[in-house]
Amino acid sequence: MKVAKDQIVAMIKEMAASVAENKKYLTELDSAIGDGDHGINMDRGFRKVLERLPAVEDKDVGSIFKNVGMSLISAVGGAAGPLYGTYFMEFGKVAAGKEELTNGDLEKMLAAGLNGIKRRGKAVVGEKTMVDALEPAAEAFAAAAAKDKTPLACFQAAVAAAKKGKEATIPMLAKKGRAHYLGERSIGHQDPGATSSELILASMLKVLEG
Amino acid sequence: MVIVSHSLKAAEGIKEIAQQMGSDVPLAAVGGTADGRIGTDPLMIKKAIEGVMGPDGVLLLVDLGSAVMNAQLAVEMLGDEDQEQVVLSNAPILEGAVVAVVESAMGHDLERVKRAAEEASHMEKLL
Repeated sequence: MKVAKDQIVAMIKEMAASVAENKKYLTELDSAIGDGDHGINMDRGFRKVLERLPAVEDKDVGSIFKNVGMSLISAVGGAAGPLYGTYFMEFGKVAAGKEELTNGDLEKMLAAGLNGIKRRGKAVVGEKTMVDALEPAAEAFAAAAAKDKTPLACFQAAVAAAKKGKEATIPMLAKKGRAHYLGERSIGHQDPGATSSELILASMLKVLEG
Repeated sequence: MVIVSHSLKAAEGIKEIAQQMGSDVPLAAVGGTADGRIGTDPLMIKKAIEGVMGPDGVLLLVDLGSAVMNAQLAVEMLGDEDQEQVVLSNAPILEGAVVAVVESAMGHDLERVKRAAEEASHMEKLL
């Protein structure tokens, strides 16, 4: 079972729709422990993604994802720009020249994207960041792929792990980003970055569920 | 030298203060997003670096979080030759800029200017 290019394009559109729908929610989460612009910034970034998508949607999947990355880098403004920008640029490198994606490709993409974010943000699991959702998701995907599950089943496992990882950020003390300045006061709030990470993965799953 | 802040006003203000210490040192201020919000933009940072690039290299002074990551991205977007000429500083943005202009005006090389600027984090204000 493979994921076709038109499904990839649909996933990207779904991400933009999901971010737009949750703009206020993400901003509320970020107002509690950050600079209160995560929803606004992500929405602006994904609007740029949609604006530029028609020009590349006939190209290979790698070019489509690189374009997502560059759009986010240029339009987000906050830390999510370079972080998610790097995430999708890494997707693009794995998917370069491909017209469809296998489970193996998707597994490599999630791992490469995660490593890109960790390298860019110098974060590890347990610091109340995107990594807390993305790392368990990449691991769950790989574990499901190893059992020859379908892409749909692999994404179901990944999103379940991301959701758990996101919820686990609530009691954490922030070690990165603006929330780090709050120290103990960051405890008890869900991380906005881990939340948007789950939204992105859930958007990919939604398209496969049809 | 390029001063990168989340706010263009902050970057320009810091530039003004630092420039007093050496009017001949090429300084650029960059901050905010292309549409005028608080934030940073790697493409704008890249342009600012190219604007002051010279044979002695460029020191980047940054404020917080995304300014650091976007400055790193901007450097990665430069050509290989230019990349080697650009150094990101861990210095406090205002004090570091003042010290760096002084050191640069004295003709010291990039590595020495960077070190001196970073020392500024240990400067005692209340003597």
